[in-house]
Amino acid sequence: MTDSEAPDAPVPAKPAAAKPRAAKPAAPKPVAPKPAAAKPAALKPAAAKPRAAKPASAKPASAKPARVKSRAVKRAPQLRVFVTGASGFLGRAVAAELVAAGHDVTCFQRRASGVTGATDALGSITDAARVAAAIAGHDAVVHLAAKVSLAGDPADFEAVNVGGTRILLAAATDAGASRFVYVSSPSVAHAGASLVGLDALPADPEHARGDYARTKARAELLALAADSEALRVVAVRPHLVWGPGDTQLVARIVERARAGRLPLLGHGAALIDTTYVDNAASAIRAALDRVDADGAHGVHGRAYVITNGEPRPVAELLAGMCRAAGVRPPAWRVPASVARGAGSLIEAGWRLRPGVDEPPMTRFLAEQLSTAHWFDQRRTRADLRWMPAVSLDEGFARLERSYRGA
Amino acid sequence: MISVSRTSRRLPRAASLRAPAALPPTGLPGLVPEFSRLVEVPETSLAATGSTLAVTRTWHLLDNGPELLSQGTPILGTVLCVHGNPTWSYLWRDLVAQATDAAALATGTGPGAGAPGAWRVIAVDQLDMGFSERTGVARPLARRVRDLADLTDALGLEGPVVTFGHDWGGSISLGWAVDHPELLAGIMLLNTAVHQPAAFPVPAPLRLALRRSVLGTATVATPAFLATTLALAHPSLAPDVKAAYRAPYRSAARRGGIGAFVADIPVALTHESRPELDRVAEALRALTVPALMLWGPRDPIFSDRYLDDLVERMPHADVHRFEGSGHLVMEDSPYAAMALGWLGARVAPGVPTAPAAPTEAAAVATTAPVTGAEASVAGDPAAIAYRPLWHYLDELQGSDETALVDMNPGAAATGPRVVTWRLLSRRVRQIAAGLVSIGVKPGDRVSLLVPPGADLTAVLYACVRIGAIVVVADAGLGLKGLTRAVRGARPDHVIGAAPGLMAARALGWPGQKIATARFPAAVARSLGVKHTLASLIARGRATGAVLPPEPAPTDVAAVLFTSGSTGPAKGVVYTHDQLSKVSYALFTQYGVGRGTGLVAGFAPFALLGPALGARSVTPDMDVTSPKTLTATAVAAAVAAIDATVVFLSPAALANVVATADALSAADHAALAGVRSFLSAGAPVSEPLLAAAAHLMPGATAHTPYGMTEGLLMADITLEGIREASAPAVIPVTDAASESPAAPGGVCVGTATATTRIRISALDAAGLAVGELSEASGVTGEIVVSAPHVKDHYDRLWSTDAASKRGAPTGERWHRTGDVGHLDEAGRLWVEGRMQHLIVTAEGVVTPVGPEQRVESVAAVARAAIVGVGPVGTQHLVAVVETVLPSRRVALAGADLASAVRASVADAGGPPLAAVLVVPRLPTDIRHNSKIDRSKLSRWASGVLAGGRMRQP
Repeated sequence: MTDSEAPDAPVPAKPAAAKPRAAKPAAPKPVAPKPAAAKPAALKPAAAKPRAAKPASAKPASAKPARVKSRAVKRAPQLRVFVTGASGFLGRAVAAELVAAGHDVTCFQRRASGVTGATDALGSITDAARVAAAIAGHDAVVHLAAKVSLAGDPADFEAVNVGGTRILLAAATDAGASRFVYVSSPSVAHAGASLVGLDALPADPEHARGDYARTKARAELLALAADSEALRVVAVRPHLVWGPGDTQLVARIVERARAGRLPLLGHGAALIDTTYVDNAASAIRAALDRVDADGAHGVHGRAYVITNGEPRPVAELLAGMCRAAGVRPPAWRVPASVARGAGSLIEAGWRLRPGVDEPPMTRFLAEQLSTAHWFDQRRTRADLRWMPAVSLDEGFARLERSYRGA
Repeated sequence: MISVSRTSRRLPRAASLRAPAALPPTGLPGLVPEFSRLVEVPETSLAATGSTLAVTRTWHLLDNGPELLSQGTPILGTVLCVHGNPTWSYLWRDLVAQATDAAALATGTGPGAGAPGAWRVIAVDQLDMGFSERTGVARPLARRVRDLADLTDALGLEGPVVTFGHDWGGSISLGWAVDHPELLAGIMLLNTAVHQPAAFPVPAPLRLALRRSVLGTATVATPAFLATTLALAHPSLAPDVKAAYRAPYRSAARRGGIGAFVADIPVALTHESRPELDRVAEALRALTVPALMLWGPRDPIFSDRYLDDLVERMPHADVHRFEGSGHLVMEDSPYAAMALGWLGARVAPGVPTAPAAPTEAAAVATTAPVTGAEASVAGDPAAIAYRPLWHYLDELQGSDETALVDMNPGAAATGPRVVTWRLLSRRVRQIAAGLVSIGVKPGDRVSLLVPPGADLTAVLYACVRIGAIVVVADAGLGLKGLTRAVRGARPDHVIGAAPGLMAARALGWPGQKIATARFPAAVARSLGVKHTLASLIARGRATGAVLPPEPAPTDVAAVLFTSGSTGPAKGVVYTHDQLSKVSYALFTQYGVGRGTGLVAGFAPFALLGPALGARSVTPDMDVTSPKTLTATAVAAAVAAIDATVVFLSPAALANVVATADALSAADHAALAGVRSFLSAGAPVSEPLLAAAAHLMPGATAHTPYGMTEGLLMADITLEGIREASAPAVIPVTDAASESPAAPGGVCVGTATATTRIRISALDAAGLAVGELSEASGVTGEIVVSAPHVKDHYDRLWSTDAASKRGAPTGERWHRTGDVGHLDEAGRLWVEGRMQHLIVTAEGVVTPVGPEQRVESVAAVARAAIVGVGPVGTQHLVAVVETVLPSRRVALAGADLASAVRASVADAGGPPLAAVLVVPRLPTDIRHNSKIDRSKLSRWASGVLAGGRMRQP
């Protein structure tokens, strides 16, 4: 669950897979509360949703401008920003946020971003020549594109997440860009057992769980290592991004609950901190604003976990999302140990079925959903000069409005 | 000349092998190799001339002097550390390191306490021990004392010097101390002894080791003695630390000194080291330098008995017992930090090396426990005359007015027992004289295990009259806590009823046993009872009840134990004057005085009835269970003496209200005569107080605020509570904002007549660092001063110093550990306990305000607010008992959770991360009302991290 925001997945091998992936930016993993219906099922309907959801996601953005503008006017210079993965849930929100802040935004991904006010450049980040051509003339890069999944060919993860980042860093340097925001995930540093009030630890590919986290960790290390006088790099790690238009986390939870197939793992009291999509977007904008700052609170070369700073019991979070969608919250439980065991088995089984998408449950996911995951946000808020503007409960209210309107 | 010791013949040949000194191996945990050095020391003769022999010995020692010198840090003085047997200088590693670290901070606020400099620490390996030379010659005590002097001479050590010894190193360091008055600025000791009291056997482990057949094998040929000693740590030593202690003693040839040390223990009067030990022990009595004894009571060798002996020789010593620590107190406790803190506080920095005077000055520089502090307390309090507790017992000794009525004097009696002043006064004098006749002396401690009633009253006043110190620990501590308290208080005598004496016997509590009732001879024998109250009275009568001189107002009168709800119970020491001022406070606050009829349903205050000249009555109830008190029993007690004042405990109050239906018209009439009543001991709700007030329509209802350390600090009436109960706003102290904490918490009223209340403001980390202030609206630790606050904690020097931190010079203040604020009307609001503060990223949150909000939710019966997560980024969690009790622990349902969240948020409070429902919140034993939020916080942290959902 930990991997939060998850941008867009480029270079789909097949057109069929491409659509859902492109749509899916948000957190793919969280889906998993339940062993059965897994990704494939969830992915397909998801493909349809993005469009319906899009307007919804634009709403909060339009609610925000007042705040955004005042800041933008104050100190953010107008930049030409190159955003990768902008067709994903978070990527789209970030691009919209940057447009609203008065930046000149180019969205780079394999299909149209649909972000009003931004220019689309289509292509894959694994295509060095394409990237170099598209990035020319930009001052800043916000890199969200990644292959997000719990399963798949390790080589794909490597090529997209590590290789793509390397290509992008080189291209940004060549283009003379001065700012680079790498959008990462808390899973790059925090594996397994419960996390209670920790700040961001260094990315740790050795111990990261799964191909996604491992490659994201390696890419983050690459990005931060590229931090220099000329190119200022910062890594931000939003945790469990959700909101209206989220076709992954929220949509899957709701769909399963509707089908009566969403259990709670354990007693559901484990505290989990999440990030409402607008907050994730504003934090990324803040990171872009602040990345050139020096001094004690200079942010470049560093990594920051982004959350709402409002941990809640996982059962309440799931219930809140279900209620917003007008669905009965989950009422049945699977002991956490059983889920972890089942996760291990399913994971093993999935390895024998390459090519199929993600397993419905993994040991990692079971742990994520039954143990605490919340973070110390003091450094993040102080350094980025950022506060989440949308509370958890306000987020649920907005989600509910989007479902009603949908 | 060196005499060849008899003892050496009892040791294996290995003990007489010689070997040079060496440096310790590197890599021993915590030991900094740079501090190790070898020093050549010419040995002088023990003969009076002290001529230098043609022998040189090589010592290994730890010494941070060169390091301080190279840093250019001024040296405040030297701590000369001497290890015992079978350890070595390794045991002082933390002290050397911390003293050196303090040097780095010397410009600021290191443990060296504000002095621009640091303490040099020299920790020696005694000859034949550790990594010092193996001399092959026996070194009895006198030789070892001289060896140490030879070393300091060779080092050219200048003053001031503070000695620090552990185990037998204690005697040796004290020997050096008494021989070097011109250098000596203080002494510090860890578990040690200088005298084997004839009345007590030598500790069993030493007796065993000393047996001729065992000695050599146990100490030299095998590492048994070493291993046994190293096993005494609580908790066990880490393997690498244990290995470091063993490092210099790897072979029999290395262990000769261990055996020789044991053999040198002068158990017999004829032992060659006996005269030297006696010389040192006696010379201690003349020492006036500051002294500190840090003690681990779980020591099978140097038990509290030896601490008592040392304190008896140096009554001015500061003592801190680390409850739970043992012989290896340096491994079990933070001794080094405490020692450095003490040096800063007691041995004033920069003490010149000139003899005598300066150390005296240093000793009074800070808090002397028994002071004339009242003299400097501002205003009226100082003017209050001292009136001894037995004042009315003397004044009214010829009066046939009623002094006491016991409504339930025991199964044998029929009807209430009425005691006149004449009888009470006579009984007290007879018991007092009887106590004297069986050897109870002024300053002796007498543990009272007697239930409240006439017997307890008589015994209590008899004890204080003859200058004995009463020790009062109640069953609310639980048997384990009570045992620890009684042992720690080291009573010389125990006066008890059957249950108390049985417990005393079963648990091996110390002290001569005196029973309040007569037992069959066999029972008395089995309980170790030598005397009964009746036999004391008879003895007293036989002596004509002639009493010794009265104790002075500054003499200690009582040790009262705290509830122990936070860690081990602490003994709180009161002088006669301070207890007398408690009476005065009750008199001024509630008008209890000569002739007042008082229903004594709350023990601590009830005992003071005779001191106030009041006519007091104990209602018919099971004193061990205040819940058993009925309304009818209260009415009967009131009627028996026309009482106008009623003192009750909160638990009793609830049952009195619950049983009000049984009151007859006559009962109601009696209760109507009550003018004021008091519920003391723990907060009660406004509705309960109101219901009780309804039963006593003529009375003003009060609840006092206080603690064992300050029994009556503030007071509020029912009307006051109602006035104060305007909607509370939840306080969040925000370091960044200008606005101080908004009011919240429980209003406990204004300070009593002789009390001053101040607040020490919290910083962003929740530490009470503010200057004591009377400013309103500032949340911080509540600090109190009054003529009747405690004198000090018993044998808890560091705890005591912490409780007086920040007090203006010469004034006696007490940090309560409660957190709260004063409002503009000067009323005190309690917001929780210091250790229950929640430090969030947005600021410090005190629990009581939000709890009150949560309790305003209809479905919630009782609530606790606790923090989870690391301090500084904690989140709040509400744990609630519901009106319809939950049968299991669970997350609150959606409706309850949102109502609870809204209740706090609507009052401007911080967000709650979770709402948990429990069948029962954990509470303290004594009052069954104080929620143990620390425990609850740990529990909630586990559950909310994904742990099992067990009962808190």
